[in-house]
This record gives sequence, structure tokens and C-alpha cells, in this order.
Amino acid sequence: MFATREVITWPDERLRRICAPVTAFDDALRAFVADMEGVMRSGPSAVGIAAPQVGCLYRIVIVDASARKGPNHGRLVLINPEIVSWEGSVMGREGCLSVPDMTGNVVRAQDLVIECFDEYGRPQSYEMSNFEARVVQHEMDHLDGLLFLDRVVSRRSDLFPRVKK
Amino acid sequence: MESWYMLTLVGRDRPGIVAEVTQVLYEAGCLLGEASMLRLGGNFTIMLMVGTDGDGTALNRSLQQLADALDLRIHLDPAEGAFHEHPEANICVTISGADRAGIVAQATRCLAGCGFNILNLESTVAGSVERPLYVLHIEGQCPLDAEAIEQRLIQDGLRDLDVSVHPMETMIA
Repeated sequence: MFATREVITWPDERLRRICAPVTAFDDALRAFVADMEGVMRSGPSAVGIAAPQVGCLYRIVIVDASARKGPNHGRLVLINPEIVSWEGSVMGREGCLSVPDMTGNVVRAQDLVIECFDEYGRPQSYEMSNFEARVVQHEMDHLDGLLFLDRVVSRRSDLFPRVKK
Repeated sequence: MESWYMLTLVGRDRPGIVAEVTQVLYEAGCLLGEASMLRLGGNFTIMLMVGTDGDGTALNRSLQQLADALDLRIHLDPAEGAFHEHPEANICVTISGADRAGIVAQATRCLAGCGFNILNLESTVAGSVERPLYVLHIEGQCPLDAEAIEQRLIQDGLRDLDVSVHPMETMIA
């Protein structure tokens, strides 16, 4: 698996590609996951990374929300993840390793159920909420060539109550 | 770019102001930096970082011609172009209630006393003519926690208003 040892940044066109599913759960995959995690942990307090962020166009995500308050699953490797159900919506501030020096408000589902495989090819299912669910949705967007910039909403329009005429 | 300027503009809102202004800047070979453009109370307002290789004199002349033609007030002042260093807000404050004089002065004096650095402030007068509702939203950096700031705001004369202070968590992934 080809990958860079550092995060690629927008407007690198590789961030706009739809990634292919992983089919071989072998030592090369696990070595790549370890490299990718090293890149994530070398960044400034990053809580997730997706394979296209290191130039690898496969459906691989690592998340780790354990440094934040609230329930979470700790370090997770999500291969070929799918959202099977979601509920609620919540606004939160996001930034991206691939879009440095910018943050924005994004609406995400509050609760998720996802299915995926781990790096050994074993099927997994997770229920998650709030911050951890936000991280997973942000990373899964990368697998479909989407950036948080595509989902940023105006601060002003969110903040003020609608006036009844 | 040789130097950066802060362009400020105010004029009665109508379609095309941004297009006219930025066309002049484009033809003058300028680069645009960060901007805030908003309609405020029927006026259109622009705060815009403009970079140019010139000394600004010719640019100012072109802009004043445009201002005269479109009945706009435009100023061009030298400014530092400090990009790629956005500080991240860690606290947001929302204050709302029946409109009265002094809300912003009281709130921001209290926040300054807390060491709060305002990065973004937006306010509006909502409600109705008979019952105006003032809504103030502030984001910034503060060494105190949200609960302590909220208590200080309430104690410092904002008891008649709805005050809520929350930590802002930014997810980087």
C-alpha cells in the first residue's frame, strides 16, 4: 500500500477520490494501519485519521476519542465502515489535519450504529454518540472524497432565533 | 504582496456591491485576504484585507471614484497581514433578553476582567418592534472555566438577562 509519511492537504486531488474497499486483511494492511496511526499520533491532538489523508485510497479509518470526556470505545480501526443507522443531529466545531488553520461548524448525527471489519478481517459493530460519532462521520466522509468544508454552515444563521412575523 | 491594507466599506444595501468593489481590486492587481461582509440594519458592510504591490495611493483613488459613483463610504488603511495563525476559541457566551442600554458594555467589561479575549462577536435585535429581543453571541479565549465566567456575568449586573456560557470543543481529525 502506497502512502506518504505525512498528511496530505487540500487542494490535493487525492482527497476528492472515492476510496476502494479493502479486500486483503494481511500483514501489509496491518503494517499500513500502524504507519497511519503513527502519522495521526504525531499530529497536534488529532483524534482520527482516514487512509486518503496519507494518500492511500482505501476505506480505512482510525479513531481514538479516549482523550476526551464522555463514553467512547478508545482506539478503533474501522475497515470498510458502513453506517447502518443514525439518530438526532448536533452542531459541533471541526477542524481537519488536511485543511490546516481552519475550523467550522458542522451538523452531524448524534448517535450512530456502524458495521465494519477490524484489521484482521473480523466483522465488528459499534454504537456510539456525540464526540466519537462526530469523529467517525468526519473520517468516513474522507472515504467518499468529502471534506468538512463541504458541510460547514454559517455561524450567523445558526446563532440567532428565527423572528416570527 | 508588498503590503496589506484593511478596506472598510459601508453603504445602503443593494445587489452588486461586492462585485463592483472586488472588480476594482482585481483590475488593480490586488490579492484579497480575510473578509467579513455583512448586512447590518439595512447597510452593507465590508471589512476586507487587501494586498497590493503598490503604495495604496492609486488604489485608494480608484476606490474613492467607485465610492462616489455608488454612494458608498470606503476607507483604506495600512494593516498587518498576519495570516495562518488563527487562535482557537475555547469559550462561547450567549446573552439574550429584553433589550435595554448597556448590555454589551456590562458584559464585555466583565469578560475583560476575566482575561477573556474576544475573537468573534455577533449581535442582533430580534423579537418585534413592541418587544425587542437583544441577542449577543461572543466567542473567544479565556483562562477561566465556563461556570466561573457565567457566575461573574450574572453577578456583574446581567441578572435580568438569560446568560449561558459553554466550553467550545474543536474536533481535529
